[in-house]
Amino acid sequence: MSTWVDTPLVLVALTGLLLVASSRLTRCIRIVAFQGALLGVITVAVHQHEFLARPLMLAAAIVALKGAVFPWLLSRVLREADVRREVEPIVGYISSLLLGTLMLAISFRLSAQLPLPTPAVSSLVVPVALFTTFIGLFLIVSRRTALMQVLAYVVLENGIYVFGVGLVQGTPILVELGVLLDVFVAVFVMGIAIFRINREFDHIDTEQLTLLTDWMS
Amino acid sequence: MLLALLLIPTLAAIVAYGVTNDAVRRLMLVTAVAAHASVVAATWATPPASLFGGWLRLDALGRLFLSITAALSLPAAVYSVGYLQRESRGVRRDFEEGLWFANAPEATFTSCLLLFLAAMTLVTISHRFGLLWVAIESTTLASAPLIYFHRHHRSLEATWKYLLICSVGIALALLGNFFLAVAASNHGGAPIPLVVRDLTERAAELHLPWLRAAFILLLVGYGTKMGLAPLHTWLPDAHSEAPSLVSALLSGALLNCAFLGVLRAQQVLVAAGQGAFGQDLLVSFGILSMAVAAVFVVGQADYKRMLAYSSVEHMGVLAVGVGVGGAATFGALLHAVNHSLTKAMLFLVAGNILATYRTKSALEVRGVLRVLPASGALWVAGFLAITGSPPFGPFLSEFTILKGALAQGRVVVAGLYLALLAVVFVGMATVVLRMAHGAPSAPTEDTPDREPLLAIVPPAIIAVIVLVLGVYIPGLLRDAVAAAAGALG
Repeated sequence: MSTWVDTPLVLVALTGLLLVASSRLTRCIRIVAFQGALLGVITVAVHQHEFLARPLMLAAAIVALKGAVFPWLLSRVLREADVRREVEPIVGYISSLLLGTLMLAISFRLSAQLPLPTPAVSSLVVPVALFTTFIGLFLIVSRRTALMQVLAYVVLENGIYVFGVGLVQGTPILVELGVLLDVFVAVFVMGIAIFRINREFDHIDTEQLTLLTDWMS
Repeated sequence: MLLALLLIPTLAAIVAYGVTNDAVRRLMLVTAVAAHASVVAATWATPPASLFGGWLRLDALGRLFLSITAALSLPAAVYSVGYLQRESRGVRRDFEEGLWFANAPEATFTSCLLLFLAAMTLVTISHRFGLLWVAIESTTLASAPLIYFHRHHRSLEATWKYLLICSVGIALALLGNFFLAVAASNHGGAPIPLVVRDLTERAAELHLPWLRAAFILLLVGYGTKMGLAPLHTWLPDAHSEAPSLVSALLSGALLNCAFLGVLRAQQVLVAAGQGAFGQDLLVSFGILSMAVAAVFVVGQADYKRMLAYSSVEHMGVLAVGVGVGGAATFGALLHAVNHSLTKAMLFLVAGNILATYRTKSALEVRGVLRVLPASGALWVAGFLAITGSPPFGPFLSEFTILKGALAQGRVVVAGLYLALLAVVFVGMATVVLRMAHGAPSAPTEDTPDREPLLAIVPPAIIAVIVLVLGVYIPGLLRDAVAAAAGALG
């Protein structure tokens, strides 16, 4: 029964690991797009017994947005900004991968300790959601490229979404769509900002955004 | 009525984007904000009906924060007319680094300003937690282009930090919302709707460990937006780089809206009998914020950053007030009113100083009292008010919080609170008084013969209100603040 839910969940976790080990931005964009599409599958799979218009509609919106619109938007920024194609890690790829595995272990350990008032759709929901959230936070602080930080923000949001769809039933569609809309606008505005950062600074390396400090020279 | 509150600024924003005549657009901005403010005033006379099954509702707490927002938006809008006139068009030279830059199109600025107002209004009237989240995130998105009005790389850097740090913080608040939903899942029965009223009425059925975890995430998430240390790092950058009237709105209205998000969570916690848990956290975050602000205010070389850190401090004061509870809750909500007004006025005056002296460095500004007599007087008065000197409003509210803390026997909290207020007072005094006195350092050819009325009247009116609030609190306001404090137990 739960294979339909478990398989995409496992894939979401794997994409997370793949992401921390990837060095090229184009590849990262594709991985995050795939992860977004998986969220659509999970949304439908969670409600597989009741064929409802609501989850289908939501899944369609998610796949369209995270699987198609975001990758298109970010690829465009990448192309137009003509930046270096590397993610510029602060933490190396091998260490990142090791840390990622460690985070996976911690997520499983944590979720084993969390008492759920209602059983989740699948026992994998909480660990995968936590893991994806951790990966998102980790990537935001450990990658210098602004574009990668936006991707990391999307991953963070994906993790939170997995948590919501797996545990919380009956969130009104209006709220779900509102959240999606906000995330969309956030990514859109960040995309514009990156485009401008590139024009102003000739790079999108956020480590060099250090003009504003309290200690003026 | 609630719909009108949302629709007036939203529709005006859409129309303003298409208007090409500057004068017409500025007039529209002021008219729309004034119309919004008058509807807000009308809600005091007749409480509006709730909408969409209680999702949108104006309670005492929401009305207080909505009124603050409206009361600040109006002077800011009037000020913006003069500000936009003075801002020269086309490419010009940046006074700090000598780089060339242009402003964002004025139509975009006006529309974003109105959308920002609409988003903040939505925050104050949302009673559904998910909708509240959507509204708070919308305020970030609507205000980001405002910070990037002067299109040079420093404001861009500030905008990027603002967007990323706040978005990540607010993402954590979204996780908090889901935790809250788990807490409200009612052990397999029909879940409790995530509406403030339902949650408080059926608080006994909530699952407590998840509720507590949800509160922590909501506090951290909305606390980021509110500027509570250690997640305040976006705040000084955004406030120093944004146009002054935007800084005034960010500090006076936006931070309060995020605070309202925290208070909604606290409301549920109190109803579930877990109020003490939230209060302890609020006190710790509050004292930490005050301490961090005190460290950075002392010796601060940039006067707009100094004001920004002062906002961090006052958000700390609010958190401490609500955290201590009892009479201090009343004090904290009153302080939210006082701080918003005073800080908005200070930022508007800082904008006047910046326009004449063309530097944000407090060391290079001397003799404000002589060069800009009106702005200088307001600057000193604002400093006295914000640091809690009598007879201004903030003194009264900060004193109420102190009394509340002592009445609760929280001697350590009260001691730290007083000590930190004193440090900030000294830190700000050295900066502000040095700027106010001394031989004028402004380039003489830039000094206007008379200060523009549109730049002086809005902050002056606010200053009078702050002064009056220090001497006499109208019964209407007292009742409103007391009712709002009542919602927090």
